[in-house]
Amino acid sequence: MVLLVQRWAARFDEAHPTIAVEVSGGGSGTGLAALENGTADIASASRAIRPEERARIERARGARVEEHRVAIDAVAVYVHPSNPIEALSLDELRALYTGRARAWPSDGRAIVLYSRENSSGTYAYFKERVLHDADFAPEVQPLPGTAAVLYAVSRDRFGLGYGGVARPRAVRVVPLRVGDAIVAPTRQEAHAGRYPLARPLYLYTLEGARPSVARFVDWVRGPEGQALVEDQGFFPVGEAPIARRP
Amino acid sequence: MIARPSTGDRTLAIATGACIVLVLVMVAAIFGTLISWGGPALSLRFFTAAPTSDLAGGGILPAVLGTAMVTLIMTLAGVPVGVATAVWLVEYAPPGAHTTRIVRSAVRNLAAVPSIVFGLFGLGFFVLFVGRGLDGALGEAVPRFGRPSVLWAGLTLALLTLPVVIVTSEEALRSVPEAAREGALALGATRLQMVWHVVLPQATSGILTGLVLAVSRGAGEVAPLLFTGVANYQPALSVDPTAGFMHLGHHVYVLATQSPDIDATRPRLAATALVLVMLTFALNLIALVLRGRTRRPT
Amino acid sequence: MSTPRRHRVVERLLALVAWSAVIALALIFLFIAREGLPALWHGDVGALFAPRRWPGYDEAAFIWQPVGKPPKLNLVPLLVGSLKVTTLAMVAALPLGVGCAIWVAEIASPRVRAVVKPTIELLAALPSVVVGLFAALVLADVGRRLFGFTYRLNASIAAAGLVLAIVPIIFTVAEDALSSVPQRMREASFALGARRWQTTLFVVVPAAIPGLTAAAVLGFGRAIGETMIILMASGNASVLAPFDPFSSARTMTATIAAELGETVRGGEHWRVLFLLGVLLFVVTSVLNRLGAWATDRLARRLGREVSR
Repeated sequence: MVLLVQRWAARFDEAHPTIAVEVSGGGSGTGLAALENGTADIASASRAIRPEERARIERARGARVEEHRVAIDAVAVYVHPSNPIEALSLDELRALYTGRARAWPSDGRAIVLYSRENSSGTYAYFKERVLHDADFAPEVQPLPGTAAVLYAVSRDRFGLGYGGVARPRAVRVVPLRVGDAIVAPTRQEAHAGRYPLARPLYLYTLEGARPSVARFVDWVRGPEGQALVEDQGFFPVGEAPIARRP
Repeated sequence: MIARPSTGDRTLAIATGACIVLVLVMVAAIFGTLISWGGPALSLRFFTAAPTSDLAGGGILPAVLGTAMVTLIMTLAGVPVGVATAVWLVEYAPPGAHTTRIVRSAVRNLAAVPSIVFGLFGLGFFVLFVGRGLDGALGEAVPRFGRPSVLWAGLTLALLTLPVVIVTSEEALRSVPEAAREGALALGATRLQMVWHVVLPQATSGILTGLVLAVSRGAGEVAPLLFTGVANYQPALSVDPTAGFMHLGHHVYVLATQSPDIDATRPRLAATALVLVMLTFALNLIALVLRGRTRRPT
Repeated sequence: MSTPRRHRVVERLLALVAWSAVIALALIFLFIAREGLPALWHGDVGALFAPRRWPGYDEAAFIWQPVGKPPKLNLVPLLVGSLKVTTLAMVAALPLGVGCAIWVAEIASPRVRAVVKPTIELLAALPSVVVGLFAALVLADVGRRLFGFTYRLNASIAAAGLVLAIVPIIFTVAEDALSSVPQRMREASFALGARRWQTTLFVVVPAAIPGLTAAAVLGFGRAIGETMIILMASGNASVLAPFDPFSSARTMTATIAAELGETVRGGEHWRVLFLLGVLLFVVTSVLNRLGAWATDRLARRLGREVSR
């Protein structure tokens, strides 16, 4: 999501040169922590704020937290281009990432699991949604960013990775098996609520923040910001229903 | 002396020579990789433009300027303190005294502290303690000093490079011949006048060595900056010391781990790394030359 | 007279400033200890070092998974990871560095030495982020293709990068130690009929042992404190596999770098990360003391005055 925010920042900066925007990376937890510490005005997050985080921030800053849905993302599962696996179910994913299954279900070859670091919202989302809050296996390799995971999978024929990245290059996206259907992470599927790992991306602000903050958020949700969302490969926030949990 | 090398001699020469070759080959491999991947991306535009927000285009200008800014703060804060410490150690410290030993030991110990620990300290002390304190004292509602910034990152780097400055300055001061000192004192100068007007000017090239080495580390170190002020992306250049900054070394890291299209980013990634390596090597070469001039008797 | 008084004030100031290094060191320890040591008495100390059978696991294990229900903050995988990568790197870097030092100090002609010595010392200028990049993008592929590693990013790849970072230090100190051995010792050996290689290996090297030890200790200290190379090339998995050089490893340094951004100030995770910082500080300080002690012994053995 950091890249999307950067693109928003760049385009917004062009349109509003008097407002300075600075983007720091580090994952959803970092942004929310910065909001609490007062070192950021806006926190971008690829997961929903937790009740205890909201309580902490509101207590620390003395203002209510406002949640803004700004885009829809699909967490995709990807493998090396040479990997022939047809699809993976959420159960299979969970078995692999918690270490219960130790080889590729299709042919029993070795598997190397890549993940994001625990400061990433994608990590938290995957853990909650796919692993049902179980732990990742110790062998899972957390890499420090989107590119690192993509690159590792693109060079590793045993590799399996996940990411909220749009338009991944040099890797093969594996659709998910939901019941009897095979669902790919496309815009239609996300908007129809059929892709199980579609999630909203958020910007969090504080009530009563200065006007430039509100202006940025409005711009992001407006046509220009949403055009960038699509361009980046995410899905505009629109009126998309998010996949209901089974 | 032995006239003809025996097989034992030859074996040893080959074995140890192989070590040298291996090391040089590894370095050559790095350079070769960076040049072959990054060469095409080097252009005037690369040095004068900012990176595009998707990290696959543009250039490194903000990273270069940010690096310059943070090393400037680092130099302004660290070099005077380091040189003063060296002056005390060489000109004033009673040899063998307890205090002298403690100071020396502290300098050596400081040099051994891992760079990430400096980052922890920078966050815990500068940003959260000093910064917040300043905000409180100045009555700032929104944190201005109590957040990561180029100022705190520069001070953190100053601490990190303090030992380098101290050690090289000390070496420089010691290389000034006693005769110069004695001559000044004989002419009636106070100790301070002798140091300021006679010793320091002669030690300039050695002190510059320390400065150059410190700048080289400031450009290449990433770990201490991660939480003290560096930002992934800054669309507009800023000269505000309480704002974040971009950094060459950190930019290499960002390009390597954050961009989604590695194939598109790779040329710029390699080019940035190449620029960084050329910069640090050039600075270290300059330091080498300066050091050579220090060692030669004046 | 006013001039000397003014000067004395400045000199007094100088003495104060000279304590900057001491103050800095003390402050660093104070502040990271202030944040980190409470982890030992506020939280669950046993969970930091002892294995535990967590819900969802079949048996007791050493688990580092700070974002979880519940958070698991066992330091053992990280300590083992740091030690593993550092040891692997030292196994390669020490012979390599000392080998280079022997060649430069004992075998090379003065003209060649004048070129090669500064070249190798110049390698210290290589930023570790670039070495990490090289390890992750090139060495990892080489490892997979040539040796068929299961894990592309693993402790050996990170160690290989680390070698490049520590060889210059080992080389500099070792070369200094070897060339400080007095020439008369070599001449005595030759006079007794020893060959050059015998002299080098059985006279010079043993005489330089304290300096070589210092080189090893300094290299080890540098390696255990390295962050960027590990972060990019080791895979960062918190596996506990102390004897498998080809599995991934998670070090204390990389953990701090990767996780500190997320944590909220004052929380348990935050404290434990600072505790890791304290551990790193203590370990490198102890190693540094050892190295200094070894260098002093070298100087004393060769009968030189160590300026204090």
